[in-house]
Amino acid sequence: MSSPPKLMVVASAGGHWVQLMRLRKAWQGLPVIYLSTEPGLADIVASTARAEGNPPPDFISVTDANLSEKRRLLRQLAEVFLAVLRHRPDVIITTGAAPGYFALRFGKLFGTRTIWIDSMANAEELSKSGQEVGKHADLWLTQWEHLARPGGPHYMGAVL
Amino acid sequence: MIFLTTGTQLPFDRLVRAVDDWVETARPGYEIVAQVLPASRDPYRPRNFDARERLSPKDYAGILDKAQLVISHAGMGTILTALTRGKQICVMPRQVKYNEHRNDHQLATVERLKDYPGLFKARDEHDLPARLDAAMRSIGSSRPEAIGLFADAGFTDSLRNFILTGRT
Repeated sequence: MSSPPKLMVVASAGGHWVQLMRLRKAWQGLPVIYLSTEPGLADIVASTARAEGNPPPDFISVTDANLSEKRRLLRQLAEVFLAVLRHRPDVIITTGAAPGYFALRFGKLFGTRTIWIDSMANAEELSKSGQEVGKHADLWLTQWEHLARPGGPHYMGAVL
Repeated sequence: MIFLTTGTQLPFDRLVRAVDDWVETARPGYEIVAQVLPASRDPYRPRNFDARERLSPKDYAGILDKAQLVISHAGMGTILTALTRGKQICVMPRQVKYNEHRNDHQLATVERLKDYPGLFKARDEHDLPARLDAAMRSIGSSRPEAIGLFADAGFTDSLRNFILTGRT
């Protein structure tokens, strides 16, 4: 990569999103596409970028779904796939949940560098998607030191 | 103003009921603004405050900004948002045995999370009134020290390095 890498930053709205935003210094100044499940976050992303002197980021909103809503989940999967296909990010970083999992798996099809940061809410064991995604993530992280293992997930820090 | 929020994903009537009971006996003297996702069957109707089902991110931010105390489930998002804004927050974990979540990670959050100024952790509805009373007492005394807006720089620097080079 000679030009700066293009980043896709993915989290469902709510706690996953709040955690990921606390890490935004990691991609300060880089071209970023945000993807989440709440259209109202577009304004917040834009005003934050402006306030911090960053270029206006792209924002993609996909269908919100939980694991028991199969149809909505399928729609979300398709929307995430199209977003990854259209933008072809060099790096995908996510704290989960479902949209992050989908983005990471699709990203791997295109050779994207992928980072999974398991939610800090999972203090006793990794989330189900977090366990499953481990073998696909280039960097597989937990935010709790006692959950780290030599083969991953690894511990690099926590958002709090 | 006291802001009660259950999030938009799942109902949490055990918390709403406990707060309603507490308001009746403790008479906190603050307006209660509530965002409550009602249970699909036989939802609890609070006697002492009105509740809205959903708030836009903008409305949520505006209400949070005005709140002296936030009461919520033990979700990391609400905890982080409240602490970064220097708000008192009292949390109670959802539990699987009451069908409030898919697993008991919120119990783990309450047990594992360190103490931060302004964070009050109730184990259940029996523990909640005492924690709420303690939170109320601390409102007048000193403003809680807000946590920073960003994660530890060591963590974000390591991530940035991996983003740029693919190496840790």
